[in-house]
Amino acid sequence: MTADATPSSPLLQTPLHALHLELGARMVPFAGYAMPVQYPAGIIAEHRQCRDSAALFDVSHMGQLRLVGPDSAAALETLVPQDVLDLPAGKQRYAFFTNAAGGLLDDLMITRRADDLFLVVNAGCKDADTRHLVTEIGHRCQIVPMPDHALLALQGPKAVDALARINGGVAALTFMSGGHFALAGADCFVTRSGYTGEDGFEISVPATHAIALARTLLAQPEVGAAGLGARDTLRLEAGLCLYGHDIDTATTPVEAGLTWAMQKVRRPGGARAGGYTGQDALGAQLTQGATTRRIGLTGLERTPVREGAPLVDGHGHPVGRVTSGTVGPSVGQPIAMGYVAADHAGIGSELFAEVRGKRVPMRVTAMPFAPHRYFRG
Amino acid sequence: MSLKFTADHEWINADDTAAAVVGITVHAQDALGDVVFVDLPAVGTSFAQGDVAGVVESVKAAADVYAPLSGEVTEVNEALRDDPSLANTDPLGAGWFFKMKLSDPSQLDALMDTTAYDALTQG
Repeated sequence: MTADATPSSPLLQTPLHALHLELGARMVPFAGYAMPVQYPAGIIAEHRQCRDSAALFDVSHMGQLRLVGPDSAAALETLVPQDVLDLPAGKQRYAFFTNAAGGLLDDLMITRRADDLFLVVNAGCKDADTRHLVTEIGHRCQIVPMPDHALLALQGPKAVDALARINGGVAALTFMSGGHFALAGADCFVTRSGYTGEDGFEISVPATHAIALARTLLAQPEVGAAGLGARDTLRLEAGLCLYGHDIDTATTPVEAGLTWAMQKVRRPGGARAGGYTGQDALGAQLTQGATTRRIGLTGLERTPVREGAPLVDGHGHPVGRVTSGTVGPSVGQPIAMGYVAADHAGIGSELFAEVRGKRVPMRVTAMPFAPHRYFRG
Repeated sequence: MSLKFTADHEWINADDTAAAVVGITVHAQDALGDVVFVDLPAVGTSFAQGDVAGVVESVKAAADVYAPLSGEVTEVNEALRDDPSLANTDPLGAGWFFKMKLSDPSQLDALMDTTAYDALTQG
């Protein structure tokens, strides 16, 4: 047993910091912030809280930005291979910033609101994303970071019961849509989306009202606090990528299996094909296919397989590597994501992960590992 | 029963030096979080003090388990293999890892007693 050393460099705090401490959270450094990895209940209990009822996550470390101006959608389309122009008001879309090689700079959520585009980006990328936006499209629209807003995620099959008790209007939202709602005395922007595979909401709340709203939510009988540890096991079971692990600048959306998120209108042959950074590389890969693919893996033994584990075939030849792995608390077995050569990516293929010098058998498995339960109306 | 502790957060109960019981401490399981997997040594394996004798994995992390003293493994806790959460719920009891026949019981003298270990983990 070796205890981890804890670095003591100064960390940023979210508006909910005092509440985390009050709730007994174990705080860890994450993307420059002190964040709760778990509360006293523990990761598995918090994971189940989300799958069975509703869990409240502080995700205020993530970047929130507004793009303002009549040209903002067209401008943003130069940086993402998504259809932003045709995104209806009140609708949300998953997107990614690409580089010239088609690699992924970050993944993000875009919501078209009445007066702006509302972006949520990863914590670890938000400074670079903001610079990227300002540099590339700052002359076409206003880029307005929102450090004065916290972000709460209320996730789980009973999230709607809890949140609708506070403002009944949220029940009318469907998956990947959003609107303004008064919650705990504040004007909040609520989307019906998340990162757990469950129905649920993400709530952009003025930082001044974040603790009051969190307390109100935690007072609902369905709701318990959950930390980043459970968020990670939930998203992995849901087959969702974690930026910096499952996707990064060295992986493309085609390799990552994210082409579903590139609308036809932006693909080769579409009415607004190309016109974004990396269009040549991605266009070619869309046509020809990728030589490596992101896959899901299920462990055939009990050994957890973690990020970085080499993947080999039955003869011991290297075929890829694991990018995320854990024991899925809901699926009850080791699960992982990784990249392998395309000819090993078929569902049902058997591969081996090398763990501490031993070969652990794994099977390529369709994702999600746990079924999505989004509310589509 | 007298427990001794290592700086690597294992405990050992050597009331019977032919079958000294080894596990991880309350502090260790708390730091790890929910334990989901243990890799236990094979019975009959001999270890020198400080050798890696097993692995304990939580949802978040993997950690080595070291042989707190030199000796030969005489028994492993199959119940722990089946239900690794015993390391969380009863780390000093049903969550034991393995038993060793100590080859040099005098090594015990250099391990920490409860008072010294508590000072280490609370200091």
